[in-house]
Amino acid sequence: MDKFKLSYKPYGQNALLIEWPRMINESVLQDILRFKQLIAVDYPELEQIPAYNSLCLVARRPIDFEKLTAGIKAIYAKGFILPKRNKKVWRIPVCYDLDFGIDMEEFSLEKKMPIRHIIDLHTEPVYTVYCIGFLPGFMYLGGLNSALIQPRRSEPRLSIPKGSVGIGGTQTGVYPQESPGGWNIIGNSPVPLFNPSSKKPCMISVGDGIKFYPIDKSEHQLMTIQVETKIFEFKSYQSND
Amino acid sequence: MIEVLKTGFLTSIQDSGRYGHRHHGVPISGAMDEVSANMANALLGNNKEDAVMEITLSGPELLFESDASIAISGAFMSPTINEQELLNDEVYHVTAGSILKFGRPRRGIRCYLAVLGGFKTVRVLGSRSWYSSVTPVDRLSVGMHLPLADKPVLKKKPKLPVNSAHNYNSNIIEVEKGPEFDLLSKHQKAQLLNGIFNIAKQNNRMAYQLKQQILKHSYSILTSSTLPGTVQLTPSGRLIILMKDAQTTGGYPRILQLTDAAIALLSQKSTSEEIDFVLKQ
Repeated sequence: MDKFKLSYKPYGQNALLIEWPRMINESVLQDILRFKQLIAVDYPELEQIPAYNSLCLVARRPIDFEKLTAGIKAIYAKGFILPKRNKKVWRIPVCYDLDFGIDMEEFSLEKKMPIRHIIDLHTEPVYTVYCIGFLPGFMYLGGLNSALIQPRRSEPRLSIPKGSVGIGGTQTGVYPQESPGGWNIIGNSPVPLFNPSSKKPCMISVGDGIKFYPIDKSEHQLMTIQVETKIFEFKSYQSND
Repeated sequence: MIEVLKTGFLTSIQDSGRYGHRHHGVPISGAMDEVSANMANALLGNNKEDAVMEITLSGPELLFESDASIAISGAFMSPTINEQELLNDEVYHVTAGSILKFGRPRRGIRCYLAVLGGFKTVRVLGSRSWYSSVTPVDRLSVGMHLPLADKPVLKKKPKLPVNSAHNYNSNIIEVEKGPEFDLLSKHQKAQLLNGIFNIAKQNNRMAYQLKQQILKHSYSILTSSTLPGTVQLTPSGRLIILMKDAQTTGGYPRILQLTDAAIALLSQKSTSEEIDFVLKQ
């Protein structure tokens, strides 16, 4: 089990911010998630928000920073060996049709890469969810093939349709609802990444994997109907990578 | 029920906030000025968590379809019931058929209308606070009917919160150092804590931008948690204060953190008004 040098900072009156060394990798993320699991046992009243190299603990009222930090540090110092978790990988269908992928042609020209090849590279990896934020259900994914890195558009669009799949810099992801945005849009996914009327509004958690797979327009249409009629089912598998 | 005859500039239902879903990117939402919302609820003996109406800049016109007890706190917006002037921070009994109107804000910009027992609009993910991608609507529209509590009972002696009123004339915004405060140069810290800032036109339930910038910088952080009241510093030196509907994560340095009382006071301020950051002792 890796042990990292953590820093503990007060964050306003109500929160404590724990930070790991500044890097984006799986071992930091796994350490954050295991620590989070143990903190939840002793401090169930705290909300915990994980991100790339941080874990924010938020209370509903002012905290005693010194006391809380001491308690949390003790949990980390005790060390923890939790059984290695299998990673849950969600299969997310994406339609790369040009009707949805409004920037695909431009992207393909700039990259001097046929669209087929872009789709292959985009659907190949299992991406890691490092953080969920920006919008309800918006995942920050790591693992984009470096050949697909593309700066954000110089002028962000005022509105990008719900489900749009884009690439912005080294990141790729899905817009869970209509929103403004500056990413290059290459496709659309019909799956509901955030559904407030469901008991579990967001199926996916930080630390899970995401595997995109290509679908055609008629499949996209069918799945959209399945989502609307609430018979759509998310597909996932366990990976021990 | 209350029927909406006119909407006002931006009117919504808010409660004490939507907690427990931040890790999925769901903002807290809730009343921007918690102090005034609590006051209106307390006057009626409501619970702190009961939903109130948040009225911004200009008021709606509301028709009471049933009897109700109401209290108005926060910004003073010259409320009238059936053309009779009302005061803030008083309890009024309103009969069915009455019409509540508001005039121009004369102090503050956000006013809170509480009804006995609270508004009973739909609860989503544990909260009645309106937020666009979570609740079906995010603001009042004409013809809407807002459900009220069924036959609520007015308690005899409601408990009023202490320190329940703002000093609206104060421009002092109390802050603590944010997680990235120490990244700032001496000069930037001085600019931040010695300067007076004005609120930019871009101010809403998500964030308040400030007109003045401080020295630009090239510090960056990996995307991490943000809170209502976080002051972010963009690379060009612009200051953005996150508010109740703000996103839950961000990649800009978090240089200051407003106290809860400061968030409430700032919520009553609008474009061009001055603020002065003062470190909490």
